Amino acid sequence: MSVEKTVNPKLVVRDLNFYYGAERALKDINLTIPEKMVTAFIGPSGCGKSTMLRTFNRMYELYPKQKATGEVLLDGENILDKKQDLNTLRAKIGMVFQKPTPFPMSIYDNIAFGAKLYENLSRHDMDERVEWALRKAALWTEAKDKLKQSGTGLSGGQQQRLCIARAIAVKPQILLLDEPTSALDPISTAHIEKLIDELKAEFTIIIVTHNMQQAARVSDYTAYMYLGDLIEFGDTSTVFTNPKRKETEDYITGRFG
Amino acid sequence: MLTLYARRRLINAIGLGISALAMLFGLIWLGWILWTLLANGLPQLSMAVLTQMTPPPNSTGGLLNAIAGSLMMTFLAALIGTPIGILAGTYLAEFGQRGWLAPTTRFINDVLLSAPSIVIGLFIYEMYVIKIGHFSGWAGALALSILVIPIVIRTTENMLRLVPNTLREAAAALGAPQWKVINLVTLRAARAGIITGVLLAVARISGETAPLLFTSLNNQFWSSDMNQPMANLPVVIFQFAMSPYQDWQSLAWAGALLITFSVLSLNIMARVLFRQKSTTY
Repeated sequence: MSVEKTVNPKLVVRDLNFYYGAERALKDINLTIPEKMVTAFIGPSGCGKSTMLRTFNRMYELYPKQKATGEVLLDGENILDKKQDLNTLRAKIGMVFQKPTPFPMSIYDNIAFGAKLYENLSRHDMDERVEWALRKAALWTEAKDKLKQSGTGLSGGQQQRLCIARAIAVKPQILLLDEPTSALDPISTAHIEKLIDELKAEFTIIIVTHNMQQAARVSDYTAYMYLGDLIEFGDTSTVFTNPKRKETEDYITGRFG
Repeated sequence: MLTLYARRRLINAIGLGISALAMLFGLIWLGWILWTLLANGLPQLSMAVLTQMTPPPNSTGGLLNAIAGSLMMTFLAALIGTPIGILAGTYLAEFGQRGWLAPTTRFINDVLLSAPSIVIGLFIYEMYVIKIGHFSGWAGALALSILVIPIVIRTTENMLRLVPNTLREAAAALGAPQWKVINLVTLRAARAGIITGVLLAVARISGETAPLLFTSLNNQFWSSDMNQPMANLPVVIFQFAMSPYQDWQSLAWAGALLITFSVLSLNIMARVLFRQKSTTY
């Protein structure tokens, strides 16, 4: 399950297992996620795709009884190592969630929140950073006149783009998107898909989605997971048009799942 | 012979009737109390009540020293109790998933929440008043603060638990350490609810008599010295209402009216604040 030689590997997963208490949610996962590409994880509910995403920034550490074994190498360094500092890891690997999660503060402060944590920016530089992030997230024209207003007052689609802006304002290397459009209407979804396509020029993007058409539209590589196993991984057009495994074909053609 | 549907309608009507009667029964007493209070207290309200000291029997005066004493002790109790309550509530909500300390604290807090206030008065009497040798405003404020703490702990914990976990995850996902997540995001998201809890705690203690009887007692005269016995509305009302003197009884009515309305306005403030919160977040 390797990718073509022309791309650089960004994240290498080796023998990854994940446990919720005694329950094993990921089983011996091995795969390589290429740099500055969009990799999609698809599969039915409970297959472990979100769990996989949450091991990449060790979000599971917030909860007792969840643990991961194996290796996840970010540019060759194992991020599952005990010595890995969680906060600096998360500054390098940003995440956007299923439901928009604006903080109860102004739009400006929402975006400055993350950037302030690791950089000491002057007022002017911070203004520029906020504008940069909002432009990247295609929210600048809508938000530029209400930067001081609460982020919770935006529409759902705008809130989600705000969350994307907030994540990229930290200038991460990887962006994890956990079903970022499942709570949004089709127009907002189209906005965000277009955005993903633009953002991959600068960031490595990993997206979990329930929507197979979405995976086909936005991703370069696709991983199909089922019950904690990685069934198939390859470039998106191959996985969708000429899957190697019967299970993948059944899922993609709608015979299952 | 009733059809099934007609029977259901009948049972519904009976149920509704009984509920309405029960509500009416409760409201009658509340209305009666308020009416008596207004009828007896309103004529006694005057500038003198707010500007003059408590009088000796059979002479005119006001409640200024009692009002000031109550305000000072309530304010101090809130000042002592609020930070402790918010910190402990934050601990329970944000760090309380592991270990034995949090469940134990929560249990003890529940006991404290329902402890009779006279017991708390006696406790401060035993631990503070006896050691110092005299009643004092500090002792009163201390007793009241012990009533404030469990209420603030409980509401802080409940309000923080209402903050969705996704918000904590979102902040952590940006690389924020836990103390920043709590300070800048979750406490802020729960702010209106926590302030509501503090207001309700203040409303609760502003009418408490029992814990003050053994602690601040009372003072005939103006005193802003927290180290001396201190006048306060509940104890003055208690003392004046039981007295045979007409002037004192009138002042007790006026005091009762003042307390009731300040508690009422605190409750209204809390409601308005909380409603604002639910619309913005």
